Amino acid sequence: MVYENPDGVKIGLEVHVQLNRLNTKLFCGCSTDYHNDEPNTHVCPVCLGLPGSLPVINERAVEFAIKIGLALNCEIVGQTQFHRKNYYYPDLPKGFQTTQYDYPIASRGKIVIEGEDGERIIRVTRAHMEEDPGRLQHIGTIEKSKGTLINYNRSGMTLIEIVSEPDMRSPKEARRYLDKLRSILDYLDVFNGDLEGAMRVDANVSVFNGERVEVKNISSFKGAERALLYEIMRQKNHVRRGGKIVLETRHFDEARGVTISMRTKEEEHDYRYFPEPDLVPMRVADRVPGILKALPELPDAKRERFISQYGIADMHARALTTEIRVANFYEEVASQVDPKTAAVWVADILKGELNYRDIGIDAFTVEDIVTVIGLVKEDKITEQSGVQIIRTVLDEGGRPQDIVVSKGLLKVEDDIVAKAVEEAVAESPEAVADYLAGKEKSLNFIVGKVMQKTKGRADAREARERVLARISK
Amino acid sequence: MITKEKVGHIGWLARIEIEEKESDAYAEKLNSVLDYFGQLDEVDTQGVAPTYHVMDIVNVFRKDEVRESMPQDVVLANTGHKQEGNFKAPRIM
Repeated sequence: MVYENPDGVKIGLEVHVQLNRLNTKLFCGCSTDYHNDEPNTHVCPVCLGLPGSLPVINERAVEFAIKIGLALNCEIVGQTQFHRKNYYYPDLPKGFQTTQYDYPIASRGKIVIEGEDGERIIRVTRAHMEEDPGRLQHIGTIEKSKGTLINYNRSGMTLIEIVSEPDMRSPKEARRYLDKLRSILDYLDVFNGDLEGAMRVDANVSVFNGERVEVKNISSFKGAERALLYEIMRQKNHVRRGGKIVLETRHFDEARGVTISMRTKEEEHDYRYFPEPDLVPMRVADRVPGILKALPELPDAKRERFISQYGIADMHARALTTEIRVANFYEEVASQVDPKTAAVWVADILKGELNYRDIGIDAFTVEDIVTVIGLVKEDKITEQSGVQIIRTVLDEGGRPQDIVVSKGLLKVEDDIVAKAVEEAVAESPEAVADYLAGKEKSLNFIVGKVMQKTKGRADAREARERVLARISK
Repeated sequence: MITKEKVGHIGWLARIEIEEKESDAYAEKLNSVLDYFGQLDEVDTQGVAPTYHVMDIVNVFRKDEVRESMPQDVVLANTGHKQEGNFKAPRIM
């Protein structure tokens, strides 16, 4: 089906990724591990911008940035430098943000996503390095607050701002782009996406080819989808009522799910960019080949390999490669049991149970899933019992071997089933006659008796087959 | 050419209040600075490689090693506006 995009929706995203796997901030030696600490305890003269302080670039941050650029299929610039972007706001004590301007470290890349109608390429305009501002906490709501509390622990953290072209045509595509981006960054091991503020999104949205509106301060992927849905609806309604969309910046109010006008957007020249005199330029081209060589296998490549190496379905390969931890988990399981069976158990069953509980793959062990698959394979338990074991491990803990016994999940021995079938058939002559006369449903009665006699521990399908075989003799 | 209006705009960007009677003086001074750059523009730079920085060095890096931060009370020592370990600013948008 071709997605026509009748409202001319165009979405571009600016994603700020915090490289929190670095030990220190971008320009100073303050620790990045501040999340459980008191406000303003991870700051120094450099990240406070005190007079006389001198920033020095974190070498590993530059390498991370190159790594990200290469993973996004970008060109890496030969020589680059930092600029000062001047604006007056208390999240930046210096009155300017140190960022990259005309020579971003990476540019002209692309990300492939599942679009509304098949695979789509979203162009990446640029990825540049900059410092994170401090964290503002408005006392009360942003519109009516009595004041603002400022914590500079975050100030100076390394950010990579990844800017896309307005290539997405629906909030769903935007969500897919974000998911894919996060997946790639997870693979690169440059950030922990679970930490607060690790990925923040600003979105540019336009409809009917009109002016674009920037929606700022979106803090989650779910929020991004909601903010976009709201903003597109707002713009469409506004145009239909004869209004005109103006270039502006809006704030997304997560609690109410609406966007609010903040200010008309500052023109670029208002930022009065100029080269940062305290930092010398960087010439990094010679580092590219080494980093490229060390780049890990990325989600798309891994997916293709899984399909060819393990012979599993595309759908399974996709589900298994979104998260690097799940992919690694699967490969370990597949090395011990049949890879196709492993794909079903990990992608369909285990992931389903984990998603339902909103927990990660670390909550389960390779050993345990291999045990469960083995029990099913050897016909000792039913598939349903296997699922029940997984649920029990997740909810109550324990080892599968013990749960099988304590919950009485082992299929009863063959001769017990055989005996139960014999008895059930002997005790139900009328049902047998009815079945032979064409009343198929009467078979259920006999199978029910078998289940009763074995206290429900026989496999119902198997019991049915045995009853059939017995009376068709 | 810097006009009185431009001076006002620049003042607003820098959050500096500039009085009406000061604007003319600032405009005049800023224009003379611009004139000076105009003179520099006339210099023949054919064959001179562009510089990105006043110093001809590149790649001054630091290892990703943690150094001690400042204690909270020292960080907040120079402000009277604080609350629960945070700096406190007036309401902002």
